[in-house]
Amino acid sequence: MQIEFTLNGRLIYEETSDDETLFHLLRRKGCYSVKCGCETENCGLCTVLVNGVSRLSCSYLAARADDCDVVTLEGVQKEAEEFGSFLAAEGAEQCGFCSPGLIMNVLAMEKELDSYEKEKVKEYLAGNLCRCSGYMGQLRAVEKYLSRGENRNEC
Amino acid sequence: MNVKMRTVNTSVKKKDAKALVTGKPVFTDDLAPGDCLIVKVLRSPHAHALIRQIDTDKAKKVDGIACVLTYQDVPGKRFTMAGQSYPEPSPYDRLILEDRMRFVGDAAAIVAGETEEAVDHALRLIKVDYEVLEPVLDFRKAKDHKVLIHPEDSWESLCPVGADNHRNLCACGGEEHGDVDGLLNQCDYVVEQVYHTKANQQAMMETFRAYSYLDAYGRLNMVASTQVTFHVRRILAHALDIPKSRIRVIKPRIGGGFGAKQTVVAEVYPAIVTMKTGRAAKIIYSRYESQIASSPRHEMEIKVRVGADKNGILQAIDVYTLSNTGAYGEHGPTTVGLSGHKSIPLYRTPRAFRFAYDVVYTNCMSAGAYRGYGATQGLFAVESAINELAEKIGIDKVKIRELNMVREGDIMPAYYGETLKSCALDRCMARAKEMMEWDKKYPSVDMGNGKVRGVGVAMAMQGSAISGLDVASVELRLNDDGFYTLMIGASDMGTGCDTTLAQVASDCLECDLDQIVVHGTDTDVSPYDSGSYASSTMYLTGMAVVKACGEMRDKILDKGAEYLSCEKDTLEFDGNRVWQPTSGLEISLKDIGNKAMCSNNKMLSAGASHTSPVSPPPFMVGMAEVEVDQETGEAELIDFVAVVDCGTTINPNLARIQTEGGLAQGIGMALYEDITYTDKGQMIQNSFMQYKLPSRLDVGNIRVEFESSYEPTGPFGAKSIGEIVINTPSPAIADAIANAAGSRVRELPITAEKVYREMKF
Amino acid sequence: MIKFKNYVKAESLEEAYNLNQKKSSVIGAGMMWLKVQSRIKMTLVDLSGLGLDGIEETDEEFVIGAMCTLRQLEIHEGLNEYFPGLFKECTRSIVGVQFRNGATAGGSIFGRFGFSDILTCMLALDTYVELYKGGIIPLEEFCRQKFNRDILVRIRIKKDGRRALYASSRMTKTDFPLIACCVSATDETYYVSVGARPGKAELTVIKRKEASGLKELAELAADHFHYGTNQRGSGEYRKHLTEVYVKRLFMALEREEG
Repeated sequence: MQIEFTLNGRLIYEETSDDETLFHLLRRKGCYSVKCGCETENCGLCTVLVNGVSRLSCSYLAARADDCDVVTLEGVQKEAEEFGSFLAAEGAEQCGFCSPGLIMNVLAMEKELDSYEKEKVKEYLAGNLCRCSGYMGQLRAVEKYLSRGENRNEC
Repeated sequence: MNVKMRTVNTSVKKKDAKALVTGKPVFTDDLAPGDCLIVKVLRSPHAHALIRQIDTDKAKKVDGIACVLTYQDVPGKRFTMAGQSYPEPSPYDRLILEDRMRFVGDAAAIVAGETEEAVDHALRLIKVDYEVLEPVLDFRKAKDHKVLIHPEDSWESLCPVGADNHRNLCACGGEEHGDVDGLLNQCDYVVEQVYHTKANQQAMMETFRAYSYLDAYGRLNMVASTQVTFHVRRILAHALDIPKSRIRVIKPRIGGGFGAKQTVVAEVYPAIVTMKTGRAAKIIYSRYESQIASSPRHEMEIKVRVGADKNGILQAIDVYTLSNTGAYGEHGPTTVGLSGHKSIPLYRTPRAFRFAYDVVYTNCMSAGAYRGYGATQGLFAVESAINELAEKIGIDKVKIRELNMVREGDIMPAYYGETLKSCALDRCMARAKEMMEWDKKYPSVDMGNGKVRGVGVAMAMQGSAISGLDVASVELRLNDDGFYTLMIGASDMGTGCDTTLAQVASDCLECDLDQIVVHGTDTDVSPYDSGSYASSTMYLTGMAVVKACGEMRDKILDKGAEYLSCEKDTLEFDGNRVWQPTSGLEISLKDIGNKAMCSNNKMLSAGASHTSPVSPPPFMVGMAEVEVDQETGEAELIDFVAVVDCGTTINPNLARIQTEGGLAQGIGMALYEDITYTDKGQMIQNSFMQYKLPSRLDVGNIRVEFESSYEPTGPFGAKSIGEIVINTPSPAIADAIANAAGSRVRELPITAEKVYREMKF
Repeated sequence: MIKFKNYVKAESLEEAYNLNQKKSSVIGAGMMWLKVQSRIKMTLVDLSGLGLDGIEETDEEFVIGAMCTLRQLEIHEGLNEYFPGLFKECTRSIVGVQFRNGATAGGSIFGRFGFSDILTCMLALDTYVELYKGGIIPLEEFCRQKFNRDILVRIRIKKDGRRALYASSRMTKTDFPLIACCVSATDETYYVSVGARPGKAELTVIKRKEASGLKELAELAADHFHYGTNQRGSGEYRKHLTEVYVKRLFMALEREEG
């Protein structure tokens, strides 16, 4: 079937099989930042934004993306680099395989939440598993990133 | 060489950080050619069976199928998939495909085709007639069982590890020092208990994967997510029965390893497809396959007897380990050794020790190498037993360790007689005690709401590389404009060794980090390195870097002398220039680099190998605080404090993340991650839905500090950090729960139900 | 992973219903659970174009569209005001935000899964399901029905004045529940729903006066259910957990009463 959607700001017309997942479609379209870690919707590696909402692309039908606005890390390189620099400053990207999914969800969280208490942040990001970092460094990076405006004023 | 630390001991960002956080295509599957054949494996539904007949005719006719391979199509020479130095201690007990199935998930056939759909379809059309055999699933009954897992005559053990396939033994052995039984009989207090740990999965986020193709020279090129690039070359040569010279192995960025990728789990499948078809071929393991047919931790049951005199001074310790290597013997003979060698030497006081072990084959999934490599299991047992002994004596669990712990300068009879040249274990304990406010909280505090908080403690050690065996090599080249290329054979698996080794080089060469270009591992290009395992990278490869830099400096001085027409011994090199202090004559490194590109007979390259006669242990103290619900047995981890002595921290941030990450894995092992089988031998925790990795809500608060010693045989005083960090959570958390619940669970993971049963009965 | 030939985004409930009468068809909701099943179907029928993704609040009830996500339940102001903390508590442990942005209320309820937090929670409330052909029936009755090829359109939760609290025990914070309990209270009566036993949630209704104390009352409630064993825990332990959690929910509700 034919679908039409916006991928990272560009209008795409694409032929997709009826049961293709968005994950497969995105990798097919060269969005290699999107990773698969589990196939059972537990790991968060395949997180992308669909109409601004963080979704697991591994369980999202490509057919349903018709008419939608899809954003992967490829489409938010500036933001990725900005948050990513906080992550790297902690050494918390480690192998980097889960970083794209985490970053997409951090960006969704930044937009959705109106305050960033530690427990709220942890709960929001609980669906993003990481096996390297033990999460503490990621959390330090997220906290520093979210309060970066405050620091800027001090300087 | 006496150089100042400028980059070493600073937290520079990893060289690959930007590519990783912006999601650049740097991993195996991102790089695979688009026209790769898709390779999948048909897996056995039976724990133990013989293939009577396998019919692949229909499968081969599916449109887009390039080949379907069975046991009739593979070389008949047995090999091991264990990434170890040759001759491997692991037995040669594998073929790529075989007519005997030894666990649920064992490989029955290989299918390769143009698309995943075609391959899936073909897999469904293969008809296998199995003769189902009785499986051996209980590792306690495996030794001398009437059913043999490896009855075949071609089974071979290359090293004297006590293996005997006619007894289901992958290894057995032991050692004894002093009169253990006599001393234990005289002890005022003796604890004798049995502890059980499970076959935890490393569960790195990137599953096993590899692709292969033939290059312009007709050689097999293998791009693999591996920790052991050079071992992959050798193992593929063995498995395919072709010369090593016909194989090249390249490691791109890899999405975590933790030891899983020290076994060549997936590489043989695309390799044989490429050899048979001449086509590029790739395999991407599903998470399901990574759970059921991979290389997890060895399940172990460990019996500990330990005794003390009336003052709490340890007299003797006796450890017997039964290890379950599963269907194949990868890392079986070696992991078990660490269960004794990395636990017993933590204590200086025992006048006698005994360590014995059996490693048995069963029809469970084959085990492999997982961070800690047997030490983790041994330390859970021994540290738990020490805690139980303290309870029996009635002394504080920190106190018993202060009285007995190993100290700098000690000779360690249970650790190959090595002398301990660096050890801050005592300082680690003192600092952890402060951080946890141990004296205020020990052993437990009733919160008054049906919940009790308990604290627990454990110590750990590991090694730094395999002494007298592991080899690390690096090559260093000076290029035009004066930048260096550092070629390493160690595999950066996300931990950052490409960066930390460059930090060592940059201090040795007195240059900026950016002046060092690091080339990842490629067996055609990189110098030989046994690989990134056994906590060897910084300690061993780091020293090779130090050596190579020394040689490079010498060669730069030679060139400087030539170009300045001065005597070499009147010159100095300060990183930027070669100069003569007496005259002020000088030539910049940039000019040397550029000049050497013309009319030059001497290449400005240096290479060095390093091996170490000792394996200096890093040390660590872990303390856990948990809250136990007295009605339900549910235990919540509140706080985990860890203080580490890894010698000098080359990159403190990366060392901290290693520690936090290893602790989180250890917390998973202690509380959540279980592996169980049905009575038919099917593994139940076959997905992340059922195998529960800790999320960020499950690890409590993790606090890490360093108490550095200085290891004279390591680069800038460094020891290892990678593995030791997983060892303390299990015993410390088990003890904290025991202190809160008033009864102890001796089998991991410590679930609420197990705690509840112990409290109730 | 599920495979199918045709994807049909239904334009009306009638169309969806007709398509779904074939055994080879299946309704796709959030696709979270469906996706991980190894099934092969002809047709997947998608309800996402039918405007069933909202929560409507009236004076009498909450009307929840079948395609409303668990995340919407979690953060809906009206629901959280009327049932303080309840929907947050029964959704927050379900895998992660991304998962809850996909999983739907309709999928959770129609599937009548043993592990369902949502079913457990809603069963303790005065909840009805609206079926395309079957009309509006109490959720409890729906739970007892065999699976058929009707379509769940909406879920209706009456504002009947019940106060309700939810609790679950999990091996990790985002795992399936080992036991899930929801208790709601009116003046005289407790509605106790227990799921993940590991069978699907069931309801028992008991009067406060049936036992002398809350502990005894909880034991009475727990006795009503059957418990089984799976890899997460034994039936015996699940029963014990039920007694403890139901007692605690009773006590918390009583505290709220003051």
